[in-house]
Order: sequence, then C-alpha cells, then structure tokens
Amino acid sequence: MNLVRNHVLISIDAGTIMAGARAVEKALVEEIAKQGLADEIAVLETGSVGTVGQGVVIVVYPEGVFYANVTPQDVPQLVEEHLLKGRPLKRLMLTEVPKQSVIKKEKAGLLKEQPRIVLRNCGVIDPEKIDEYIGEGGYLSIGNVLASMKPEEVIEEIKKSGLAGRGGASFSTGMKWDFARRAQGDIKYIICNADEGEPGTFKDRLILEGDPHKLIEAMLLAGYAVGASKGFVYIRGEYALSIERLEKAIAQARDYGLLGINILDSTFTFDIFVMKGAGAYVCGEETALIESLEGKRGHPRNKPPYPVTEGLWGKPTVVNNVETLANVPEIMKNGADWFRGYGTEKCPGTKVYTIIGNVATPGLIEAEMGTTLRDIIYEYAGGIKEGKKFKGALVGGAAGAFLGPDMLDVQMDFVNLKEYAAVLGSGAILVMDENADMVEMLQNVLYFFKHESCGHCVPCRLGTVQLVKLIDRIAVSKGSQEDVNKLLKISDVMRDTSFCPLGQSLYLPISSSLKYFREEIDARIQ
Amino acid sequence: MSCKGGGEILYREAILKKFRPSLDNILYILHDLQDNNPQRYLAKDDIRVCADYLNVPYSYVHSVASFYTMFSLEPRGSNIIRLCDSPPCHLMGSKSLLAYLKEALKVDIGGTTKDGKFTLELTSCLGVCGVAPAMMLNDEMLGNLTPETVDAILDRRRKES
Repeated sequence: MNLVRNHVLISIDAGTIMAGARAVEKALVEEIAKQGLADEIAVLETGSVGTVGQGVVIVVYPEGVFYANVTPQDVPQLVEEHLLKGRPLKRLMLTEVPKQSVIKKEKAGLLKEQPRIVLRNCGVIDPEKIDEYIGEGGYLSIGNVLASMKPEEVIEEIKKSGLAGRGGASFSTGMKWDFARRAQGDIKYIICNADEGEPGTFKDRLILEGDPHKLIEAMLLAGYAVGASKGFVYIRGEYALSIERLEKAIAQARDYGLLGINILDSTFTFDIFVMKGAGAYVCGEETALIESLEGKRGHPRNKPPYPVTEGLWGKPTVVNNVETLANVPEIMKNGADWFRGYGTEKCPGTKVYTIIGNVATPGLIEAEMGTTLRDIIYEYAGGIKEGKKFKGALVGGAAGAFLGPDMLDVQMDFVNLKEYAAVLGSGAILVMDENADMVEMLQNVLYFFKHESCGHCVPCRLGTVQLVKLIDRIAVSKGSQEDVNKLLKISDVMRDTSFCPLGQSLYLPISSSLKYFREEIDARIQ
Repeated sequence: MSCKGGGEILYREAILKKFRPSLDNILYILHDLQDNNPQRYLAKDDIRVCADYLNVPYSYVHSVASFYTMFSLEPRGSNIIRLCDSPPCHLMGSKSLLAYLKEALKVDIGGTTKDGKFTLELTSCLGVCGVAPAMMLNDEMLGNLTPETVDAILDRRRKES
C-alpha cells in the first residue's frame, strides 16, 4: 500500500450539501484519479469544520489549508496547483480559519491552546466510519468503565465534574443520573433530546452530523450509570442527514458488539433507537418529548413527578441534551478535575455557540464558559458585518433575551447571566447591527411563540394571540403607551401561570427588549 | 422518502407492515403514509388505516396528526415550499422573500397553486441560519435566497414536474 501524502477533508453537512459539496467531492475524486494521484491523495468526508455560509469547504492536510466556496469548476486547478505542484491556491483560501481549539475566556496569559471537548472530532474524522472514532480514542471510556468502575463511581465522577445540562435548564447531570439510578423499578430509559428547535440553534445538528458515535458512547455510559438497557434519540423530523448518520453509526456499533447484549463481554446490555419528530417546538420540553415518543400529541406533563422517577411509559427516565451528552465520554476519559480546568468555578466546561446574523463570519464555536459576548463577536466572528455598529444580540434563541451594548463585557455562563436577567439557553447568538428594526425582531419572536404554542393551557394559548395583536398595532404606529405596558403585563402573567417553559419564557424577550430598546419602541407610538 | 424518484408505489398495507402495531410507531407510520400519498397529505383513508392498525379511534390519530406541523390534513401540491420564518431568517430578509413567493405563485400561506405544482408553507427554524434566508423544497434545503435564485428554483421545478 502506498503512503498517503495528503488528506483532503471535505465537509459534508446540511449546509455544505446545500452549496453543492457532493458535486465537488465527486469532481475531486475524479480529478485526482485523472491526474494519477489516486494512490497518494485520500479524499475523506467529515462533518462541519465550523464554517457557516462559506459554501463548500475543504481542508488539505498535513498543511491544514482551508478552502472555501469551492465549486466543481475550481477543482482541476486546485488539484493541479496544490496537490500536484504543492502550491496552495490563494484565490480560494480561507483567511479567517475556524478555530480547532477552545476559545479562551481570558485571552491574556495563556501559553497553549486547549483541545476542544464537545467538538473534538467534528470536522476532523469521517462520521460514517466507526474506526475513525475509535482511532481518536473513542469507546475507550465505556471500555474502561465496564472493566473497572461501578455505576455509582461513574455518577460520582460526573457529579464532581460539575457538568450541567446544556439544553438551557443547566441542571446538574450527575444529580439527574443519581435520581434515576435511585428510583424504583427494573426498567429505566435514557433519552437523548435532539429535538433542536430553538431559532438560531444548530449545534446539536452539527454534533450529530459530525460525531454520531460520541453520542452513542455517551448514552452507553449514561445507561450503565443509571441502570437502563434502552435508549432513544428523539431527532427533529427536518434533520434528515442527522438521522441518516446516527442510524448508520448505531448499525456499526451493533456490528462491533458495542450495542446489544453483553457489551464488551460484560453483563451490561444496552441498545439505542432513533425516533423522528414531526415538527413541534414544544417537544423540546422533556415531558412533551416523552409524550411524543409514546405516540401522543406533544403536550407537556405536570411536574412533579419528574421524568427521573416517572418518565417514558411511567418508568424512570433520564433526558439529556445532545451537547450535554457529548461531554460525558471526554470527562470519563480525562477525569472530572481535567474538566474543571475549563470554564468558571460555578460552570465548568465549555459551551458550543452558533453565532449568526449581521456578523462578518457566522459559525459554530466552542468557547469556555465565562467568555464574553464581545470576545465571541469580535475575536471569533470577525466583528459586525461591513464595519457597522453593534446594536444588540438575541442570546439563547427565541426564549432568550435581547442584550444591549452594555452587556458586551459580561462573562457569559449559566449562573452569571441570570444575575442580569438573561439566559445562555441553547447557545444561539443572533447579532443585530445598527440598522436592525427591534420592533420587527420582537414581532417576529412573538409570531413564533403564537405559532408554537401547543394550546394545552389557557395563559399561553390566549396570551400569545393577544401579544401578537399588540405588537402588530405597535409595528404600524397605531399602538399606545398602554399597549407597550400590556406586553409586559401579559407576559408577566404568562410567566407565573403557564403550564410549561414555552409560555413562561416569553417574558424574557419582551422585558429585555423593553429594557434596552424602549426608546425605539416608544418612537413607534406617536 | 421511499417512493420519491423511484416511482415505486407502496400500498398502505405494505407501509403498515413495516412497523410493529405499537402506538410509539405512530409518527413513523404517519410520515410514511404522507410521503407516499400522491397529494402529500394524510387523507381520511390514511388516518383510518393507521387507526385500525394501531387499534385506536380515528379521532385519536386525527388529533395526533393535527398537532404536528409536518403533517397536513389538506391535499397539497407536488412540491412543498417551506420558507423559514424564524428570527435569524427574518433578520436576513425572509419577509420580503415571502411577499415575493406569494406574488410569484399567486397563493397565500398554506395555499396550493392552480396547477397543483406548489404549496407554500412557513416553517420554524430549519437550523441552517448560516445561510439565511433559507427554505426547504420538499426534502432539499436551500439557502442564501434572493428573488433571482427563487425564480430559478421555481422554473427548474416547473420544467421537471
């Protein structure tokens, strides 16, 4: 076998496929063969490399050169120049290369870059090959755990790491597992919540598309710790590629004896099933998701009882977000102390953000907990597009809060943001420049909630309709000061009386937009 | 989507046989029935066979089907356009795009063109915000949309179907 001289990684994710990645891949393979380089150059598929909206992206290793907006027409020249003659093609090179390391919360005084945790393998390995995941140390954690650790010890380690849920609620993962482990019953379940629907969020999709085996390993670890033998991944119906890749990965894991009966010759038995959603934002709420899994309308349940004692089919159930789970194999491999070396005292670890809107380079990043909004926008995302001024950002999705310029330097983590009446939520950061119309933005958020309100409880069902009526009046300059105050009042009542977080969370975008952009909203009144 | 392009027609019974008659398969069964209905919706017959198969009342299946936005209870066109209307796409101009689509297709939201070729729908965040504004045309995601690219997409589809 010949030694491979160059590896050409092509990012195949929903975004790049849209831009024609499959055609470029085909052209690459053909051109490489045509120029007689097939023995020396390997073309490999990988998940998202972290770029967003840059067309088809390929990376040539060992040089680590990133090319963006590649078309099939560019391929002959690219192969000839870079791969045959060894001269990188400047014309297509990406100057702002996405970071493959964690973004630090304090830029100064750091000697070396730390590897990423959640996105470690995204854009590095071929997600459709289990051997590549194993080659990166994958399935090592579950092997070690099954051979030498008790379930209680796994829970202890996760508790010690301080890992908290990344879906928005930031509840201690170790505690959740512990509750489920202690709950009565022989049958228990692990559910991975991949019903990512918070506007502006697509981190779970990119993790699923880029590193599906990591999720399988994490669910194995959770299953072992809790004493469950079945796991379900509930994925949005719109995420076709995620479903395809995860199903492929599950089949491979079964082939390798990593899922099924007596895993790795232990007494542990576990299997995972994929469930495809059908379009309902409320199903991101864990009890609504469970209802949907059981084949019902996705209405949230009363809590308590919490799923850890009475979840799927009334059995103790752990529901964890994709990103939360993606941390687990790394923690079990490197230890809780290592994990605590990232982030802040109260919120250890990293957060994956999707940063979009009026920024120069939108994308997917992994930053330490505690990184400021300013660093994320200006250091990573290249600042505001066309050098315009920052006006505000909607952080945490539609159920998040609008932040004004004076929030740019606040350390962002789950605990700290609460003090400023904001949330980290799903990690979506929608940046708005000086031209953004805040009334329209708020209007859009309220429309969203009106559409997604499931109709189960009165405050949310009626409240969302009233809020839309009010904002519609304000938007066409027919509103009054009283209408503006009513927005706040209605959403306040909804916060106190709605059945589930959907109706409760509307107060946040409304109160925060009034806090930072009241003048602009008032200007529409007269 | 098993039948698309292949032209293979799966009868309702054949679809049902793929799944255990267990309530937790209801979304899968409904997805499959809808995908294989030529008018891309859940007809009364679809709901009836599903209810009989799962041994639940017709009204139960109807209530589930009506809850989820990906299911339609009205006949739709051969192509379904689902324009993303979430805040990121809104910020990047989906509003004017919606007006353009309505005008180009001469339909309102939820409407089907006279020739039965297109149905226009809105969808919540598709998770491709990096290329906003975006939409789905059947199973295909399309981004960085402008009136010009939309025209080209519509033209291509009109010729194909």
